[in-house]
Amino acid sequence: MDIRLANRARGLAIFFGTLVTLFAMLLPALPSFAASESPSPAPSASYSKDSLLIRGTITNEKVPVAGVKLHITGNGFDGIATSGEDGKWIIEVQKKGVYDVEVMLDSLPKGVGLQDPTKNIRQADLSVVNVAGLLFPLGKDTRVIQPFGEQLVIRIWSGLNLGLLLAVAAIGISLIFGTTGLTNFAHGEMLTIGALLTWVFYTNMNLPILIVAVIVMALGGAFGYVQDAGLWKPLRKKRIGLNQMMIVSIGFSIVARYVLLIIFGGETKVISGEFQSIQLGPINTTVNSVVSMGVSLVTLAAIALFLTRTRIGKATRAVSDNAALAASTGIDVERIIRIVWVVAGALTALAGILYGLQFQANWMTGFQILLLLFAAVTLGGLGTALGATVGALIIGFVVELSVLFIPADLKYAASLIILVLVLLFRPQGVLGKKQRIG
Amino acid sequence: MPNQIAVGAAEPGCQKVDPILVADKVKRQFGGLVAVDVDHVEIPRGMITALIGPNGAGKTTFFNLLTGFDKPNTGSWSFEGKNLAGVSSYKVARLGMIRTFQLTKALSLLTVIENMRLGAQKQPGESMLTALIRPLWTKREAAITVEADELLKRFKLDAKREDYAASLSGGQRKLLEMARALMGKPKLVMLDEPMAGVNPALTQSLLDHIIELKKNGTTVLFVEHDMHMVRHISDWVIVMAEGKVVAEGPPAEVMKNPAVIDAYLGAHHDTDLGTMQKKGN
Amino acid sequence: MDFGAILTLAVKELISPITVTYVLCAIGLSVHFGYTGLLNFGQAAFAAIGGYGMAIGILTFGWPIWISAIFALFCSTIFALILGIPTLRLRADYLAIVTIAASEIFRYFMTTIGFAKVTGGSNGLSQFGGEFWKLNPLPADVEYGFGPFTYRNDQIFIMLVGWVLVAICAVLVWLLMRSPWGRVLRGIREDEDAVRSLGKNVFVYKLQALIFGGIFASIGGMIFVLNLSNVQPQSWGTTFTFMIWTVLLLGGAATVLGPVVGTLVFFFILSLTQGILGGLKDIGVLPFLSDPQIGQIRFILIGLALMLLVIFRPQGIFGNKRELQFNA
Repeated sequence: MDIRLANRARGLAIFFGTLVTLFAMLLPALPSFAASESPSPAPSASYSKDSLLIRGTITNEKVPVAGVKLHITGNGFDGIATSGEDGKWIIEVQKKGVYDVEVMLDSLPKGVGLQDPTKNIRQADLSVVNVAGLLFPLGKDTRVIQPFGEQLVIRIWSGLNLGLLLAVAAIGISLIFGTTGLTNFAHGEMLTIGALLTWVFYTNMNLPILIVAVIVMALGGAFGYVQDAGLWKPLRKKRIGLNQMMIVSIGFSIVARYVLLIIFGGETKVISGEFQSIQLGPINTTVNSVVSMGVSLVTLAAIALFLTRTRIGKATRAVSDNAALAASTGIDVERIIRIVWVVAGALTALAGILYGLQFQANWMTGFQILLLLFAAVTLGGLGTALGATVGALIIGFVVELSVLFIPADLKYAASLIILVLVLLFRPQGVLGKKQRIG
Repeated sequence: MPNQIAVGAAEPGCQKVDPILVADKVKRQFGGLVAVDVDHVEIPRGMITALIGPNGAGKTTFFNLLTGFDKPNTGSWSFEGKNLAGVSSYKVARLGMIRTFQLTKALSLLTVIENMRLGAQKQPGESMLTALIRPLWTKREAAITVEADELLKRFKLDAKREDYAASLSGGQRKLLEMARALMGKPKLVMLDEPMAGVNPALTQSLLDHIIELKKNGTTVLFVEHDMHMVRHISDWVIVMAEGKVVAEGPPAEVMKNPAVIDAYLGAHHDTDLGTMQKKGN
Repeated sequence: MDFGAILTLAVKELISPITVTYVLCAIGLSVHFGYTGLLNFGQAAFAAIGGYGMAIGILTFGWPIWISAIFALFCSTIFALILGIPTLRLRADYLAIVTIAASEIFRYFMTTIGFAKVTGGSNGLSQFGGEFWKLNPLPADVEYGFGPFTYRNDQIFIMLVGWVLVAICAVLVWLLMRSPWGRVLRGIREDEDAVRSLGKNVFVYKLQALIFGGIFASIGGMIFVLNLSNVQPQSWGTTFTFMIWTVLLLGGAATVLGPVVGTLVFFFILSLTQGILGGLKDIGVLPFLSDPQIGQIRFILIGLALMLLVIFRPQGIFGNKRELQFNA
């Protein structure tokens, strides 16, 4: 054991050593970017026809915002433009080329931020045209304004919400992996289908949400059944290796995703959920989120009961543990796998409904959270349903709490880094048994 | 004979006149199950030693531990006076202690001759940078190939030289694996059930090869559970049961040892193990 | 429908710098997967590091292009080490999950506003290729080629550079895989414990293979960004990696020319189907498809090709069935 620890410690030392070196190399470059405040060119009312201009209008919910400063740099130019009473700003530059335009966030009114906080720098391309227009839509400020304690509570709440939702989807992956050994890259598309079908039945056809849920889950289960019967069962019969099957699932995921794109188009579907807000202490949430969390909890409890109390559930666990042994005790392994696919399909569709109602969805949604699901399942220990739930909650908390410390656009990266670190220290997962490692 | 190998009486953990491998307090647990718990054992140099015991006695696990393929919970062992505890498996092999596997690991999609060449040590072309400059390694490669061809001839595999190892029979794979291990010029060869799954026609030739190894000055340690095989070729027998060394000694004496008979047969005290196994076959 | 034009376009796509990028990445992946058996699903990140490394070297550090290129390869090596040291001891499918996660982590880091001063954030970087194009010795005012295959001097220059690099890399792989070093790698692909028992440091070989194959992808990434004259995070999503897998499996993973042939066949077929579908739409046969949808069909074909290849011909079109098996 000591040897193993020593090896790991050495591996870690090298790992962090290289990271530190990388950062040390990047650091000296940073100061040179500190913007030097040069006086902004005097605004003049008229420009000639040949002037090179960058301009735009700053509005917040269609109301012009004055006094917002923009920092324009590039091609040796460095200047600042300020929006007027009509929200308009304009600046003249001398050379053709591409310029960076950055909104100076300090100059925004209190409580107002960019709708997309990651897009505070945009490029203006004046290499072929003379005038370039840029928009920076404003909205509610998502930046830090509340005291840390309150933010923490809010983030824990969102983490719990996301974690429960991920758990519902991750259990399917976990059950499929446990019973068949398949690392299913096409699992995300089952969630996407759930969300997009909700859009069809709920938003477009105005059916009551309960009926929508029943239809969508039934279709999700059917999709799981068809997938298994049409693709995976024949491959198992053909004795295709697990790594091969994994690559097949990647191919299937690409096919499914682009079929969805062709059917539904690329834009994000707005699914009209119940957005009335509820105030719970410092937490401002919506009816949607509370109901979603409730549904997730009930579902998870039901799955736990199913796996521990029913005959089929017990058989499922037996197959996960040792399929050959299970078969020799008279369990119909193929039947269990079929049931697992149907259950996984229905559960993942349910996760899709809950996701769609809260966060909207497009053809990419499932694929985008697939890696989070893998992270959850691997974290908890592959192949155990309880592990997947715990892993999903951890991932939910990591994603949401990380926002308190790192930029919001890195929150998914944070959860993937956690995944890599866990594989480094506890490859069997948080709850997994050591023997599972090959 | 016995007094030439052991110092004093032949009892479990006894000292040897000239040990090549010495292990102390090697223990390996899987969860609650103690797979190996060897207090002290010495392997005599230049001899053929058989490690026998019923299924589940921990022989293969002990092999894995000694060769660095598994890590013990506690324990230390040394090869020619060099401490081996915590040494990686590939370094163990480089020191001259080369093993084979119970489930043959012939590299199926390499040809027989490539399998053999892979067994050789000190090929500069196996380093990434020198690999690019052919003159740096072609000479060594030619020497390796000569050695490989000699061994293939000795093991009667020369006709299969250019075939993929996948096309060999089970017994031929065992032979290939043994020949490949010899390419590394080991001081101690550790064979894990070399006779398992080999058809009887090939068994004798395998046994002859093992005896020939000893003639060439190589020490042999092999795992076997067929006592009959063991009796004819080994100089020394170590018996394991439930992870522990329960008996040691020259083959004839060991087979009379009640502890061994117990371990193997439970109740059938009165049967001679040699004949038992013969009838079994 | 003008079959001549469709065919011309397909042939043009075959020799384009984009094809060069895919070939180089696939050669790298053949070293990883075909010869060593490593399930690397982060090839996009290796390519991205090539592109970003060079762009950042030029723009941020102000280095000459060749130092920037070396810097990029150095970064690619560091990335392989960070990826390989913790995971190459683990099970094969763990490497798959870790590499795909790492490549997404890298993309997030390139996209984030936090490092935008260096990486350009989601807009990426541009205007770094000046020095490269100045190296072009071909005079500008001449048209090169014949018939429909005429190119500007810049286009000819980057294609020449690209294909020469492909030739060099293919020869390198050919030399190395015939050497004792390559023999050890192929041994590891078959059974790493056996190779270990013969005194080879398997971990180091796997790490070397990861670095070596990654460097090819990084070179491919450089050609890609020089050709587009910008580098953006969205080019390097998981789809890029999956495309590389498809072309590699198409050509045959454990062959030297497999990656080249696979890429060529793949892009030729893609371009051809694209052209034919577009042509069918123009003459009113496929009224239910819009132009972008015809573009999306290409990805469905990629996915289908990947599935069918892995199921029915894992050794690729030209591979030897016995030369490549998946280890379950």
